[in-house]
Amino acid sequence: MSENIVYKNWQVERDAKDIAWLTLRYAEGTTNVLAYEVMLELRTIIETLLQQMPKGVVIQSGYDNGFIAGANIHEFLELKTPQAAYERLRFGQEIFAQLEKITCPTVALINGFCMGGGLELALACRYRIALDDPKTRLGVPEILLGIHPGWGGTVRLPLLIGAPTALDLILSGRGINAKSAKRIGLVDAVVPKREFFRAAEYYIARQPSKHKLRGWLAWSNAKWVRPIVAHFTHRQIAQKANSEHYPAPYAALKLWEQVGPSAQDAFEKEAESVSQLVTRPTAENLIRVYLLQERLKKFAKRQENPPKRVHIVGSGTMGGDIAAWCALQGFQVTVYDQSLPMLANTRKRAYALFSKKLATKVEVNYALDRLIMDTWADTGVGAGVRTADVIIEAVPEKLELKQKVWKIIEETAKPDALLATNTSSIPLATIAEHLKQPPRLLGIHFFNPVAAMQLVEVVSTAQTEENSVQRAFQFLKMINHFPLPVQSSPGFLVNRVLTPYLLEAAALLAEGVSASNIDQAAKQFGMPMGPIEMADIVGLDVCLAVAEYLASYYNWSIPEILRTYVAAGKLGRKTGEGFYKYNQGKKHEVGVSSPNAVNITENAMIDRMIMRMLNEACACWREKIVADADLVDVGMIYGSGFAPFRGGPMHYAQNLGIEIVVQKLRGLQEQYGDRFKPDAGWLSLSD
Amino acid sequence: MVSIKENLSRPVYIVDGSRTPFLKVTGALGPFTATDLAVATGQSLLLRQPFPATAFDEVIIGCVIPSINEANIGRIISLRLGCGQKVPAWTVQRNCASGLQAIDSAALNISVGRSDLVLAGGTESMSHAPIMYPDAFARWLGDWGRARNFTEKLKLMTALRLSYFKPIISLLNGLNDPIVGLSMGQTAENVARQFNITRQQMDELALASHQHLLKAQRDHTLTEITPIFDLEGHAYVEDNGVRADTSLEKLGKLKPFFDPPYGDVTAGNSSQLTDGAALVVLASEQAIEQYKLPVLARIVSVAWAGLDPAYMGLGPACAISKLLQQTHLQVSDIDYWEINEAFAAQVLGSISALDDAHYCQSELGLDAVVGRIPLDRLNVEGGAIACGHPLGATGARLTLHLAHVLKNRKGRYGIATMCIGGGQGGAVLIENV
Repeated sequence: MSENIVYKNWQVERDAKDIAWLTLRYAEGTTNVLAYEVMLELRTIIETLLQQMPKGVVIQSGYDNGFIAGANIHEFLELKTPQAAYERLRFGQEIFAQLEKITCPTVALINGFCMGGGLELALACRYRIALDDPKTRLGVPEILLGIHPGWGGTVRLPLLIGAPTALDLILSGRGINAKSAKRIGLVDAVVPKREFFRAAEYYIARQPSKHKLRGWLAWSNAKWVRPIVAHFTHRQIAQKANSEHYPAPYAALKLWEQVGPSAQDAFEKEAESVSQLVTRPTAENLIRVYLLQERLKKFAKRQENPPKRVHIVGSGTMGGDIAAWCALQGFQVTVYDQSLPMLANTRKRAYALFSKKLATKVEVNYALDRLIMDTWADTGVGAGVRTADVIIEAVPEKLELKQKVWKIIEETAKPDALLATNTSSIPLATIAEHLKQPPRLLGIHFFNPVAAMQLVEVVSTAQTEENSVQRAFQFLKMINHFPLPVQSSPGFLVNRVLTPYLLEAAALLAEGVSASNIDQAAKQFGMPMGPIEMADIVGLDVCLAVAEYLASYYNWSIPEILRTYVAAGKLGRKTGEGFYKYNQGKKHEVGVSSPNAVNITENAMIDRMIMRMLNEACACWREKIVADADLVDVGMIYGSGFAPFRGGPMHYAQNLGIEIVVQKLRGLQEQYGDRFKPDAGWLSLSD
Repeated sequence: MVSIKENLSRPVYIVDGSRTPFLKVTGALGPFTATDLAVATGQSLLLRQPFPATAFDEVIIGCVIPSINEANIGRIISLRLGCGQKVPAWTVQRNCASGLQAIDSAALNISVGRSDLVLAGGTESMSHAPIMYPDAFARWLGDWGRARNFTEKLKLMTALRLSYFKPIISLLNGLNDPIVGLSMGQTAENVARQFNITRQQMDELALASHQHLLKAQRDHTLTEITPIFDLEGHAYVEDNGVRADTSLEKLGKLKPFFDPPYGDVTAGNSSQLTDGAALVVLASEQAIEQYKLPVLARIVSVAWAGLDPAYMGLGPACAISKLLQQTHLQVSDIDYWEINEAFAAQVLGSISALDDAHYCQSELGLDAVVGRIPLDRLNVEGGAIACGHPLGATGARLTLHLAHVLKNRKGRYGIATMCIGGGQGGAVLIENV
C-alpha cells in the first residue's frame, strides 16, 4: 500500500511501513538547489504530511552528485532591497520551522555535497545520516559570498554542535567530510551505501536520542560565555579579513554574541542581519564573481570518450604539481623528466599533497600508484607519451627546447591526443612552428600553486582546432579546475595585467618607500598579498624574465632596482634574500633608508599600483584577449587574487566611474610619465 | 650442431623485463615494502610495452617473507599495477628460487596453452621481514584476553616474563634450516670443507663480483634497472651494496661470521641482505605476433633437484647436471653462466662438484664428470655478493640479466641457477634468439 505523489521537483512516496520518502530532483538543473519553487512545493508537502502523519519522514536527493548545493543564488541577486531579502529569508525560515515541528522522526539522508541552505534544511530534521564516501561534504559557505547563513543556520548549528565549531564553520565557510561531521556531532551516523536506506529506517523505527552537547560545550552558547568566546574569535577573524572589505564574518559573530541562538527572536534577527549584508556591494560583488566562475565552469560540454591518461613532460615545480594534481583527481599520470632528482622531488611533493587532501592511507596509496615516474629517456619525452590522452608540456621557457620537445611529442603521441603547452608567455604559433599540424597545439596555463589556483588560462589562436579547445575545457573540469579562454598574445591575460602592478611596486621601492609600506597599501586595497612579497615568492629572476619579455612587446620600462637585485643574486625567498630578507621562513624588512625617500600617502601608492593594473586590464579588454569585461574580472580575481569583493578590475573601474579613472591616469601621466597614459579602450567604455 | 631436447611443448619467450636497484639493508626499515618495489619497477616496465596492463593472462610473483599485510602479494602487485580485476594473480614460494619458480610456473602455463602473456618475477623487502614475539608471549596474550576479573589479571601480571619481550627476527629464523638445524652460512662451511675451498678462493670470487658489477655500472650495461623513488625525495638508481673500495686485504681481515673463530665464510664473501624486485614479461608466439613484441630470449628448459639440506649450497651442481641431461647439452655448449652467489664457498663448491668424478658418481649417478665451468663465463657482470640477494627477486634477476648478457655478448645458450635453502637447486636454460 504505497502511494506516490509527484511534484515538479519533489517526489513523495509513502511506503508499506508508512514512511514518507521525500526525494528532491531539481527540475531546472542536474544539481539540487533550494529555488523558490522548490521551497513552495516543500511547504505544500509538509502541510499534506501534517494532515496524515506518517511513521517517519526521510528527505533525500534524487541526484547522485549531492544532497542540496544551497539556495538559488540567482534569486538572491534579484532581491534589491533589504526588505525584500528579509521577507524571502523569513519565508524559508518558516518552512524549515514547519519541518522541525513534524512530530514523527525526520531524517536527512545526505550524499555528496550538503551546503548552505541544504545543510540548514538538514539541521531542521531530527536526524542526519551521511553517506560514507569521500565526496560527502557538509558546510555553510555563505560567508564566501559576503553573507552568512540565513535559514536558521546561525541558530541551529551552534545549538547542535556547540559554539566554537559552529562559529568556525560559519566564519570560514569551509566544508567538512562525513567522518569529521560525525565527530563534531553534525551528523548522527556515517554509513556505507549498502546500509544507507536501512539506516534511515532504523532511526525512524528506534528513534535514538538526539545528539547532545557534552562538557563545557553544553554551556558554550550561554549568555555569560558568549562575550568571552566572541572576544577571541574576533581576534582570529581580524587577522584574516578586514571588516570594511568583508563585513559578513563580523556581522555573524555579532549576531551570535549579542542575540544568541536561544533568543526568542533569534531567527528574525538572523534574517535581518543577512538582509542587511546581501544588498551591500561586497556581497553583490562576491556573488557576481561566484556566478562568473560558474560561467567558466559551464564552458565544458559533455564529450564522448573522456580522457583517462595524462602525460606530463618536465617535472619542475609546475609540471610536477600539475602531475600530482591530476593523479589526485583520479587520472593515471605519467610524468617525465630527464633529471631523476626532479622526479624524486615531484613524488615527495605529491605525497605531501595526497596526505593533506586525502582522508585515508589507502586513498593516498592509490593516488601514489596513479602517479607514475617515467624514466625512459630514449626519446626525450618519456614512454608514457605514446598512450596518453592528454599531454602537457611544462619544460623551461626556452623556445628551442619547447620546439624540439613538441616535434618529438607530435611524432609519438596518439593522433587524437590533446596537446597542450603550459607556457606562461611564449605565443603558441611560435612553439608550434615546426609541427606538422600546428592547429593541434593549445596552451593550458596553470598558476602556481596548482592545487590552490583553480583558474587555468586556455590559450588558443584563430587557427586552433575548436575541438581541442573543447577537450581542454572538459579535461580541466575533470581535474576540478576551470578554464579562462584567452587569445595567444604575450602574457595572455593574468601575467600581462599583473606585471605593470608589480613593476609599479618596484618603482615605489626604488623611490625609497619601504617594502612593508608598499605591501600594506596593496592589502589595504584588498589584495590578499602585497606585490613585493609576491615578487619575492615568485622569484625576482622569474619576474624580471617575464617583465623583460613582456616589455619587449608592450614597450614598458623596467625599474633598474629589479635588475640590480637579480644581478646581485638576491632572487627572493628561494635564495634567502630578495626585497625582503628571509630567516627560517620568516621575512624581515631590509632596513634601507634611501636618502631620496619620498613622502607618499597610502592612497597615492594604491592609485599608482592599481591604476596601472586597471589600464592594462582595459587594454586586454580592447584587444579582445578575453571575450568580455566580465572575463577580465574573473580572470584577475582567480588568477592573481585581485580584491574579489571589489568585483574585478573592470567592474571596479565601472563602479569608480570611467571618467574618474581616466582623470586619475592623466594626472599620474603628468607626474610620472607615459606608463600611465590612459588606454584607448576607456574611450569606448565611457560612452 | 647440438641436438637439443626441451621440456616445454609450446615455445616461451622472454619479451622484456626490469628490476629495481637492489638496496642494501642497513638495519632500519627500508623505504619500500616488497609490494612497493615490484609496483615501482613494474610501472616502468609496463609503460614501454605496446600492450595494456590488462592484457596479461596472469601475474605470478615469488616472495619468501611478505609482510603480514601482503597475503597473496602477487594479487596486490597485479591490482596496484593496474592489470585489472579480471587478471588472476598468485604467489609462489620456493625460498631463494621463488623468482625462478614464478618464471617456471608462467612458462609451463604458456607452454600448455593456458596463458599467452604473463608477468612473472619476484620481490623481497628483507628490511621489512616481520618481527615476532615468542610463542609463550602469544599464549600469555590469549590468556589476558580471556581474563575476566582483576584477580585473574593480577595473576597473569605476575606470570609475565622479560624473555617474552625478546623479539624474534623472522628473517634470521628464515635463514636457518629447521631440519638440520644449521644456518645457511654453516651449510656453506660444510660445502667448503667437502671440496677444500680456501678462504683465499672465496675472497677472490667476492672481489671479482664487486669489480665486475662496478665495471658494468660504469659501462651502463645493466639496462634492466629502472630508477625508483621514495616518498622523501630520493631517487635510487644503482645497486648500492657494491663496494669500490674493497680489496683482498680488506676481505681477508673480516672475521668468520657463522663458525667463529674457525670458519671461512664471512660477511664479505656472502651475499648481502637487500631489498629488490625483478620482473619479466613472458609470451607465447601468438602473443608476440598479436602485439608485435620484441624477443629477448627463449626459455628452453627448467630443472629442479633436491639434495641434503646440510649441503644445500651444492644445489646448482645437481640442477645443472639434470638440466644438461634433459637437454642433451654439454657444459661447453653453454656460453654464459649465472650461479647465484649466496656464498662464494657454495658457488666454488658447485663448480668443483661438477668436475669431481666421485661426487658426480655418488650424488649425481653419472659415469663421467659433468665438466668444468670456466670462471671467465661466470657471473660476468657481478653477482649477489656485490649486488645482494633479495630472496624472492633473485631468480628473476638472474634469468633476466643472463638474457641481456647473451644479447650483448652474442652468446647463444646460457644457464642461470641457484641453491635453495632446504636442500634444492633450480636451473633455467635460455637461448638468445
